[in-house]
Amino acid sequence: MSDKITNWTASDDVMVENAIRRGATRRELLHMLLAGGVAMSAGGFLLGRASDAAAAAPKSGGHLKAAGWSSSTADTLDPAKASLSTDYVRCCALYNRLTFIDKSGLTKMELAESVESADAKVWTVKLRSGVTFHDGKTLSSNDVVYSLKRHLDPNVGSKVNSIAKQITDVKAVDPLTVAITLANPNADLPTILAMHHFMIVQDGTTDFSKGIGTGAFKLETFEPGVKSIAVKNPNYFKAQGAHLDSFEYFAISDDNARVNALLSGDIQLAASIKPRSMKLVESQPGFVLSQTTSGNYTNLNMRLDLEPGNKADFVAGMKYLINREQIRKSVMRGLAEVANDQPVSPASIYYNQELKPKAFDPEKAKFHFNKAGLVGQSIPIVASDAATASVDMATVLQQAGAEVGMKFDVQRVPSDGYWSNYWLKAPVHFGNINPRPTPDILFSLLYASDAPWNESQYKSAKFDKMLVEARGLLDEGKRKQIYGEMQIMIAEEAGTVIPVYLSNVDAISAKLKGLEASPLGGQMGYAFAEYVWLDA
Amino acid sequence: MSTYIVNLVTVRLLIAALTLLIVSFAVFFATAMLPGDTATILLGQAATPEAVAGLRTAMHLDEPALVRFLHWLSGLLSGDLGTSYVNNVAVADLIGGRFVNTMRLAGITTLISVPLALTLGITAAMFQGSLYDRIVTIFTIGVISIPEFVVATSAVLVFSVYLKWLPALSIASDVTSIWQILKIYAMPVISLTFVVSAQMIRMTRAAVIDTINTPYVETALLKGASRPRMVLRHALPNAVGPIVNAVALSLSYLVGGVIIVETIFNYPGIAKLMVDGVSTRDLPLIQSCAMIFCFGYLTLITLADIVAILANPRLR
Repeated sequence: MSDKITNWTASDDVMVENAIRRGATRRELLHMLLAGGVAMSAGGFLLGRASDAAAAAPKSGGHLKAAGWSSSTADTLDPAKASLSTDYVRCCALYNRLTFIDKSGLTKMELAESVESADAKVWTVKLRSGVTFHDGKTLSSNDVVYSLKRHLDPNVGSKVNSIAKQITDVKAVDPLTVAITLANPNADLPTILAMHHFMIVQDGTTDFSKGIGTGAFKLETFEPGVKSIAVKNPNYFKAQGAHLDSFEYFAISDDNARVNALLSGDIQLAASIKPRSMKLVESQPGFVLSQTTSGNYTNLNMRLDLEPGNKADFVAGMKYLINREQIRKSVMRGLAEVANDQPVSPASIYYNQELKPKAFDPEKAKFHFNKAGLVGQSIPIVASDAATASVDMATVLQQAGAEVGMKFDVQRVPSDGYWSNYWLKAPVHFGNINPRPTPDILFSLLYASDAPWNESQYKSAKFDKMLVEARGLLDEGKRKQIYGEMQIMIAEEAGTVIPVYLSNVDAISAKLKGLEASPLGGQMGYAFAEYVWLDA
Repeated sequence: MSTYIVNLVTVRLLIAALTLLIVSFAVFFATAMLPGDTATILLGQAATPEAVAGLRTAMHLDEPALVRFLHWLSGLLSGDLGTSYVNNVAVADLIGGRFVNTMRLAGITTLISVPLALTLGITAAMFQGSLYDRIVTIFTIGVISIPEFVVATSAVLVFSVYLKWLPALSIASDVTSIWQILKIYAMPVISLTFVVSAQMIRMTRAAVIDTINTPYVETALLKGASRPRMVLRHALPNAVGPIVNAVALSLSYLVGGVIIVETIFNYPGIAKLMVDGVSTRDLPLIQSCAMIFCFGYLTLITLADIVAILANPRLR
């Protein structure tokens, strides 16, 4: 290329690629580039390069070594107990779900051929025929019944026990049909079944160390806290199975060590690198970054039932005082998207585009604080490393507060035990919420009056009513409208400030192709092993 | 003389057993004081009271702490290290392979660092005040002052990222040739050698210089012994006591304290295992690791004492 672009970095490539995947038109993209000061001729070249990355012919073979960031002796191949990203990646390679969520956020069928219901209460799941487990047994409805019922057994320790509780009955109708009855209508069931924990295991399995599933890879070795190796499953039910011959996964918890291992060529994928390592990766040829914003966020919670959150003006003031753009730019170094105080991520099909984030406005904030009579009072804010970037966010808030005469006392507490000792309890504190697949799960978990994690003790009878109504609706258009209104209610009424959605950046070798952004999280929603290939 | 040694070893063993018991007690209750238990930590944010109660019952965590401790202790006495709370695997299986890895790394490091440190320390003392002595001193103080993560990370940056000579990770399992073993162990061993030898060099030098300054060594010099003979034959035997103790202390670090090197090179050793155990409050695992560290430490100290006695005629 002749006209060299000096200020263009790999993260800009990532931005363009992401926009292409979201379906931006060429015209919109060029506009985006022009806004960034890139000449038209060069812009065309860049777009060409970014779309090349998004579409190329896969190659078979090779051994992929990839590293996540967390691993311990608690590593498990039991999907119900999966808790670290490492577990999710392994489970995705070994097992399948009945349904899955594709890159545009839509629910597609996987082990199921169809998941249907007339009233959203009684559901019929038809299974694909001829799907086999790694040990040769054929998938039948009994496996599905066993896999789903496990989550209801307290001895299993399932992570999704509270979500599974709405399933009152699961029974096998015939070898390929399962009937699921819910306590109350829930039109989201197909999406719920796409959650990682609802992967299908074999009937009667209690020892999960063998990892026998229907997935694209068969387990070869698994040492908890050390590594796992899986090989391609030749009998995979999908026409297009894994491209890789084998797949090795382990964790390197130290961020620098993970990046160094990638740069030295020992691994081809380093998951979730810190913003400060991005420059190092970008400066080396042969490596690319893959950025995903999936709805993970760190939020400021003000309990509406305690001082000072019980004064509506305090909450309103805080929403204007938080400098979202500064948090995005300086705290997260650009690895975030500005958010609008509600939990549904921009990647969701239910995201309300009309609801704009509140602009940083210290004057308006001051007006509200004055009205609440809180100017000059010392207000403690609890932050901790346990909630990503919350200490830095609290500092940004503290400085903005000092400008308008508010004294915020930032109390930095240890990560160990944060979730049981401070979260949900302190009057003003930070939380961190992982992405959930549906607005219904988010709202029921975080904002319904009886929500277990009602972070700000938000209570609204109208909201509860809308939640139940939308849940049972099979009409997508109506649901979207109701969820849109509920997002506005949360942004205006609840005591939670959600300044930004956090992005995840995976660093990969340029030889690794096929990795796409997914609304379920980094590493292609943890399912990359099945879809990526190595370009020799 | 031999009865004296036997008595000493017997007494030491008894004290060691008592120490182990006290340490296990301390570790158990220190862990019990940490916030949360295995059930709440495994469930994380999803820890609803019912879910936690269910998991606690399933893992027998609802028994009183003392009962669990005695249970573990009686298992240990019959040679059973117990079962990990977290994944129901026998602790012996979890520790097994990793213990071998740790011992291998510690062994190779010992083989290189001890001769190196002793040679440098003794020669520095022999030529005290010379340019050579100063270079050794500056180098050792420099190494003591630079933390190991700096040494290890810089080594990775230079040798793996830029030169691409050595792998950045040390996964000990897929080795087929001696050359590969050398490549894999090169950087972790160099980093650890830096850390452990520095102390040994300083202590050796100081101990030898101390004895050189005594009147009897001066006598040896006056009667016409050469400088090497004066140091090696006359001064060294009396300096062995402090030297072996310094060596033992440095080496005991290799048994359980190499967490940083294990983390940076992703080396599956036992220090990382214990940290995992603590983060999930996995008591049987923590206890077993603590016992191994404590036992290794006591063994090294006892050995150092015996060597010191055997080497020093006045103590026999």
